[in-house]
Amino acid sequence: MSLKIYRVNMSEAKVSVEDVKEEYLALGGRGLTSQIIGDEVDPNCHPLGANNKLVIAPGLLSGTMAPSSGRLSVGTKSPLTGGIKESNAGGLAAQKLAKLGIKAIIIEGQPKEDKFYTLKVTKDGIKFEDTSSELLGKGNYEVMEKLLVEGGKKACVMSIGQAGEYKLEAASIAVSDPEGRPTRHCGRGGTGAVMGSKGIKAIVIDETDAPGVLVKDEEKFRGAARRFTKNLLNHPVCGEGLPQYGTAVLVNILNEAGGLPTKNFRTGRFDGAESISGETLAETITERKGNTAHSCHPGCVMRCSQIYNDKEGNYLTGGFEYETIWGFGANSEVDDLDAIATMDRICDDIGVDTIEMAVTIGVAMEAGIIEFGDAQGAINLLKEIGEGTPLGRMIGNGAGFTGKAYGLTRVPVVKNQGIPAYDPRAVKGQGVTYATSTMGADHTAGYAVTANILDVGGTVDPLKKEGQVELSRNLQIATAAVDSTGLCLFVAFAILDDAEALPNVVEMLNAQYGLELSVGDVTELGKSILKVERKFNEKAGFTKKDDRLPEFFKEEFAPHNVTFDISDEDLDEVYNF
Amino acid sequence: MEVEVRLFATLRSILAKEDRGVGIVDIEEGSSVDDLIEYLEIPRDIPLIIMINGQRKSEESLLKEGDRVGIFPPVGGG
Repeated sequence: MSLKIYRVNMSEAKVSVEDVKEEYLALGGRGLTSQIIGDEVDPNCHPLGANNKLVIAPGLLSGTMAPSSGRLSVGTKSPLTGGIKESNAGGLAAQKLAKLGIKAIIIEGQPKEDKFYTLKVTKDGIKFEDTSSELLGKGNYEVMEKLLVEGGKKACVMSIGQAGEYKLEAASIAVSDPEGRPTRHCGRGGTGAVMGSKGIKAIVIDETDAPGVLVKDEEKFRGAARRFTKNLLNHPVCGEGLPQYGTAVLVNILNEAGGLPTKNFRTGRFDGAESISGETLAETITERKGNTAHSCHPGCVMRCSQIYNDKEGNYLTGGFEYETIWGFGANSEVDDLDAIATMDRICDDIGVDTIEMAVTIGVAMEAGIIEFGDAQGAINLLKEIGEGTPLGRMIGNGAGFTGKAYGLTRVPVVKNQGIPAYDPRAVKGQGVTYATSTMGADHTAGYAVTANILDVGGTVDPLKKEGQVELSRNLQIATAAVDSTGLCLFVAFAILDDAEALPNVVEMLNAQYGLELSVGDVTELGKSILKVERKFNEKAGFTKKDDRLPEFFKEEFAPHNVTFDISDEDLDEVYNF
Repeated sequence: MEVEVRLFATLRSILAKEDRGVGIVDIEEGSSVDDLIEYLEIPRDIPLIIMINGQRKSEESLLKEGDRVGIFPPVGGG
């Protein structure tokens, strides 16, 4: 069975099916969403208008037995940044879409009436249902529970909470995890607002009797998948660190390195770091009989997700990541994991990006709306987003918006997107990525923390200028390619350290699609994706002046008393390839 | 001389649980990180990330009185 692209036109309430164009055949995930947005969306359209599109695509390897390959890409013109966006999530959607033979779903147009629909995706195609009366105003937890009771536990739900209905710029799209909970999100860039603007509350993906993924050379594929699984399990980070502690293990190492932004990026160390560390998190989860090694989708061998229970041992939240804990923790001077977990839960339910909200809470504290350290105040502010109060809507529009509302200059954003978890002055390679990424400040876009802090893929001194531009450039290229495969970006730890890993990925792609790619083609793919994205942003009005960090990063930063001193000219070299 | 040792992740089990990985170690003047690793009996089968006063250093680096020495097994996330 050949793969299909579904086009859902919300203006006409019509679904059509298309064969995959020749030039899209070898694309998937981010490569495909960015190419379609580049080909079909006017860069100057209003992100929330009828001319923007929302493209949903599984990765190239999703739905196969390739380990950790269930990542989903959602592409659009971002209401937060005004540029192109690819937001990537785990959960069950990518694998199910791939098994249904769906290369991408393109959602376009806008319904004439103010209604919210649920799309049902099955082997027979896509159907609409007006679910305004049942689902409108509901949070993601309730929406998923309802739809999974109706659609069967094995389905996957993608949904927006109240924030998406209000079309707030930090609104996310939730993707259900294996337990049917909204713990995985296309978080960054306001994709949930675009989904809301299309009048779609939820998408139910049911793979019953799906044809499955066609693999041209099964035997070759199995061999490469098995070897790649070993590459991951043998790597100390992928095979041991991530399952044991999750991503929050980074709290202590960033704190020790003096790069843990604290009190809205004032200093690089937080006195309460130990209370919110990965080690404390893992102990707390174990004591309360949660799960420290949860897979966000079946077949993930790294299992970095977790299930976090409250003091009474009842489920509170899952997918509780380092960046969330950093932002609601150190950056807000809150050292109470239960309070931070509650904030994570609220964000997942209302459907807002935890990173953008964490940065925004820091800015709200800077503004004096609440005091630094006021966990209950932060919880109340986040709840207001769901209630749709004017204050809640301000917060839900992110750090840049909130900073402007209060006339602040210490507002950590690039291209209006909040800067996460690694201070650009003390982890300079990361600063280069934040400044220059097509996505706005996005830590995953070129994760220089690897060589700057973690000794993965070489070593580049995080406090010095030398080597950072090249490091960030190479990582941004590699990441764009990995984001196209459906593989979780965390496989990069193994790929960067183990020369055998990448050839196994290439072999899986070749075996599945009957291609003859070489390792070098992967780099070329990454470059071409970045060029498409960059071109879109240029047409949308971005110039090199947008590839800069906020001015306050030129101020000294303790404990190392460093500034962000990479010159504008050097930053402009990142895209020189 | 005394140095402050901070052990993380799996290495914490080397110290008593209530220390939460942090301890003051009295070690001979002129010792290196390598000597400290030896002294603490940190297993050698995994690569270590070393920070002295928050800066990445090699195992050959010499220690001085009052140094804060962070030692990590391979960790990652993102």
